[in-house]
Order: sequence, then structure tokens, then C-alpha cells
Amino acid sequence: MTQPTGTAPAQGAAAFRGSRRPAGRARARRDAREVPYLAYLVPSALLFAGVIAIPFMMNIGISLTRWTGVGPLRWAGLANYRQLIGDSQFWAAFWHSAAFIVAMAIVPALIGLVLAAALVDVIGTRFGPRTASILRACIYLPQVLPIAVAAIVWAWILDPESGALNRVLSDVGLGALGQDWLGNPRLALFTVMAVLIWIQIGYPVVMFMAGLQRADPSLAEAAEIDGASWWRRLWRITVPQIRPEIYVVLLTCTIAALKLFGLIFVMTQGGPGDATQVPSYFSYQNFFQYEQVGYGAAIATVLTLIIMVLTTLFLRVQHRSQGRAG
Amino acid sequence: MSVSTSIPAPVPASRKPAGQRRRRGPSAYVILGGLIVLAIVMLLPFVLVALNAVKTPSDFAAHGPVSLPTSVSFAGIANFWSLVDFTRLLWNSLLISTCVAAGAVVLSVLNAYALGIGRIKGRNWILAIFLLANFLPQESLVYPLYYVAKQVGLYDTQLSVIIILTVIQAAFGTYLLSSVLATFPRELLEAARIDGAGRWRVLWRVVVPISRPTMLVMLTLFFLWTWNEFFLPVIFLISNQNQTVPVALALLQGQHFFNPTTMSAAALLGIFPAVVFFLLFQRTLTRGITVGALR
Repeated sequence: MTQPTGTAPAQGAAAFRGSRRPAGRARARRDAREVPYLAYLVPSALLFAGVIAIPFMMNIGISLTRWTGVGPLRWAGLANYRQLIGDSQFWAAFWHSAAFIVAMAIVPALIGLVLAAALVDVIGTRFGPRTASILRACIYLPQVLPIAVAAIVWAWILDPESGALNRVLSDVGLGALGQDWLGNPRLALFTVMAVLIWIQIGYPVVMFMAGLQRADPSLAEAAEIDGASWWRRLWRITVPQIRPEIYVVLLTCTIAALKLFGLIFVMTQGGPGDATQVPSYFSYQNFFQYEQVGYGAAIATVLTLIIMVLTTLFLRVQHRSQGRAG
Repeated sequence: MSVSTSIPAPVPASRKPAGQRRRRGPSAYVILGGLIVLAIVMLLPFVLVALNAVKTPSDFAAHGPVSLPTSVSFAGIANFWSLVDFTRLLWNSLLISTCVAAGAVVLSVLNAYALGIGRIKGRNWILAIFLLANFLPQESLVYPLYYVAKQVGLYDTQLSVIIILTVIQAAFGTYLLSSVLATFPRELLEAARIDGAGRWRVLWRVVVPISRPTMLVMLTLFFLWTWNEFFLPVIFLISNQNQTVPVALALLQGQHFFNPTTMSAAALLGIFPAVVFFLLFQRTLTRGITVGALR
């Protein structure tokens, strides 16, 4: 379509040399007849502006107003942000986010590390890679579910009257331990955390196993011959070797925990009270239920800020540790 | 012996050559047992849902959720299927996920061509912006998008969800594919140039065919991510006939008029496509999970 007419071979070679030096003047002259590379970015640039950049800016703007979603916006300056500081529900939401970071990033990473090492070192070498990959698939299966579907499954199991969990407890004579797992405000947070661990474990296991396949086994073997215990080898040899995977898992799971929405929407709607309230659901409620759009926008902006700061910190630490290792 | 640690040995493909397995001590069997128990615990919720989805309500009332069904009945699943028009939900999810995956891959290819092969000025900045967009919580975009969609008549249409998710997925795809294309063999580009191919032709005749494996991984990931997406679809798709599988099931769950066997039928219908995709795409996925990890 945009094929230049009469390109002699020599000119083609010149174009290639030019492409090596993007700022080359010769190239600039030749390229006048061709669609510049920049043009390939135009569709995305337009869509990106319309779907991400402008809405993001609008959201910040809205966060500086009081607005019900209809009618005029009333300028409020930083009033929404001042109100956030004194809002106990807002603080509760972020504390719960911290709890969910534990349940989605830290605990799964620790368990996943042990499981991945056991699957690769013990199961893979002594019972064959097939056994290891079947076990891995079983552990990974919850990860393939849409999170809303996982929430439906667990809401059903945890139902205090007809749910399977309380029934199993009473069948084995532990009926006294039966609980209203999601209805008890002191329990709901821990119940949701347990469900999140079930959902998340498979991800670090798969990631770490992939990392271990890349790792050099002779190190661990030598340490074993030297008589280092399994735990010691895990911490001293395995962990440093799969450090990139550990960073990726911690970063992505932490961000996922901060964005947690679907599970809360289906299982608890932030309740009972605000026992499982999270920033994402709190902003959703302000947008679409309380008609406090400005306040919702402020919550979303704070959430964005926290995610950006955490991401930057993570990437910086990772960069530094890679620099040290290299 | 420990001297050998300082000499990096060539890394074998697997940790031990096949047929040369190590001794299985008692501790190995304990670990195997522990992992099997864990695997069962992980699968138990799926089993419970499946068992109860094929029970009759009277069977459930008589024996509760943990007994084996006295007879296998698909009536509950069939009833729920027609009640929510599950065929329609599957079609909606399929349509949205396919469009988003295809659109996002096309956009990513165009962007990555300019950034990875064209090496245009300021490409690192552009990449950083794309990456940032990927980490951005959708909460900070949703209200303006919702408001504008309402103004232009796109609210409660699948097109709105398709457009938004395509752009968000493409942001990640651009980041991924640009780094892959940055290492694209320059000789091939040069050869095509000498043959007189313009940029547009080089893209579709040389770059795309050779990058097909990466693009397939992206296509699979985008499809699954979109299928599982909840936040935007639940806000943008309010009428039943537009909803996706997870959204419709989640909204039904909130209404407590269903009996437990119907609810487990609903859960099973939500699980089923996800497990089918998992089995279908397993090969692509095991490569893709580690590739898609940056998301």
C-alpha cells in the first residue's frame, strides 16, 4: 500500500543503515515518502487519550468538587480530601487493604515458595515431572476462575444455614465451631482473607516453579552434599535465584489486593458494618449509591496515588538489588 | 567437593535426567502425601459445587450439602440455564472477550512496531506511560467514562466495555510486545527493505508472521482477562441481555430467592467455561503466566 515506487536495492540498504541511527538526516529525507512510524501510534494515542488520560484528569477535577452526578459541579477545593482524613470508614478500608495484601501477596508467596521448592526438588526428582505438574494444576485451578465466580462458590459454602462448611463441622461433632462466617463482623475479614489465600496460592507456585526451572541445580546439589539442611538451602540458594519472580509476584499481588473489588461486591458488600470495606468498593458506593461523586473521586485518586508510590518503590528496590547481584 | 560450586556448570534442561530418579526416602512420601492432601483441599470446593448442582432440592433438604447425590439430576442446571438465558450470557462473554483480545493485539502490534522496531524518539517515555496506565486502578477512570458513555448513548452497550477494555489491555500488550520486537532480527527487516517492501508491508509480511507465538500468548491472556473482568462490566452492563457470565451470576447471587441447589448450579455454570479454557489453553498459559506476570 505505502510501498515506495522505484526503491533501488542500494537505497534499501541506505534505509537500513539509517534505521540504525534514528536521528539520521538521510533517513528523514527518504522517509518523507513513507508513513512515519509515529503514524502507527495515532489510533492508540487517540483511544488512550479518550479512555484513560482525559477521564483520569476529569476524575481528579471531580475530586475537587461536590457533585451528585447530575446538575452543576460545585467547587470544593480540597474539602473532600480533608473529609477523608477524618473518615473512619476510609481508614478502615485501607487497613483492610493491608490485611488483604497479607492474604493475597505475603502469605501466598511464602506458602508458594515452600510448595514450589517441594514440587521441583522432591516431587519432580523422585516421583517424576508428571506428578509434579498434576499437583501444580490442582493447586492452580482456583486461579482460572473469574473472581466473582470464586466468590459465588464460597458464599455458597459459607452460608450459615445451608452451607457445606457448617454442615461438615456439625457432622464431625464440631457443630459448636459453626459460625456465621461472613455475617459476624469480627470474623468476616478473616474469612475473606482465607478465601483469598485459596484463590491466590496457585499463582506464586507456578511463577516460582518456572523460576526454579531456570535456576542452576548444581548449586543446590553442592549445598546438599555439604550437608546444608533443606530449609537453609531454600533460603540461601533458592530464594536468591528466583528473586526476580518473587518481586514480580509481590508487586502484582499487592496491586491486585489494593484493587480488590469483585470478591467484596459478591461476598460481603463491605459489611457487615464496614468490617470488610475496601477502597475500591467504598469509592464505588460513593459514585453509584450515595451520589457523592466528588468524594468517590477523591478516594479513587488516593488509591491511585498509593498504587503509584508502591509501584515506584518496588521497582526501585528491585532495580537496586539487581544492580547488586549483577 | 564444594569447590565445584564456584564453577558454573552448564544448566541442564531438567533438574535430573529422566530415568535417573533419586531415592524415595520416607520423607519424600510424607511430602507427597502432604501435597496430595493440599491438592484435595484446593479441589474440594469444586467437588462440592458439582455434587450439589446435580442434586434434587428434596435430596438436598434430606441429606444436606456434603452427602453424595442419591441420583444425578440435571434439572436444576437446565432450569437455571433457561431462567437466566445462559446461552445468551455465554455469547455475550465470548463476543466481548474475542473483540477485546483481537482489538488489543492489533493495537499492541501497531504500537510495538513504532516503538520496538521504529525506535521513535521518546519511546521510553511512551512505554512508561503505557505501563502506568496498566497499573492505574479503574476506579479512577470509571466515573468520567460512565458519565461520557451516558452522554453519547454508549452506556449499557457492549461496545462501551469493548472499547475501554481494549485500550487497557493494549497498554499492557504494547509494553510486552515492544520489548519483544526490540530484539527483532534486523537482517530480516533489511532483506524485506531491499526487496522493496514498505513499512506497512514489512509489518504484516515479516514482523507479524514471525512474532505469531508471542501474539498468540497475548491473545489468550487478553481473552481470559476480559472473560474474568468484573468491575467495568458490572457498572456498564445493567440490562440482563447485555451482561457477561460473571456479572449476571454475581448479581443473581445477591438476590436470596434461590435455593441452595440452584445456587450451586449457578456456580457450576460459572466454573465450567473457566475450566474448559484452562484445559484448552494450558500449553499457551504455562508460557503466558510468566510472560503476563508484569500485569
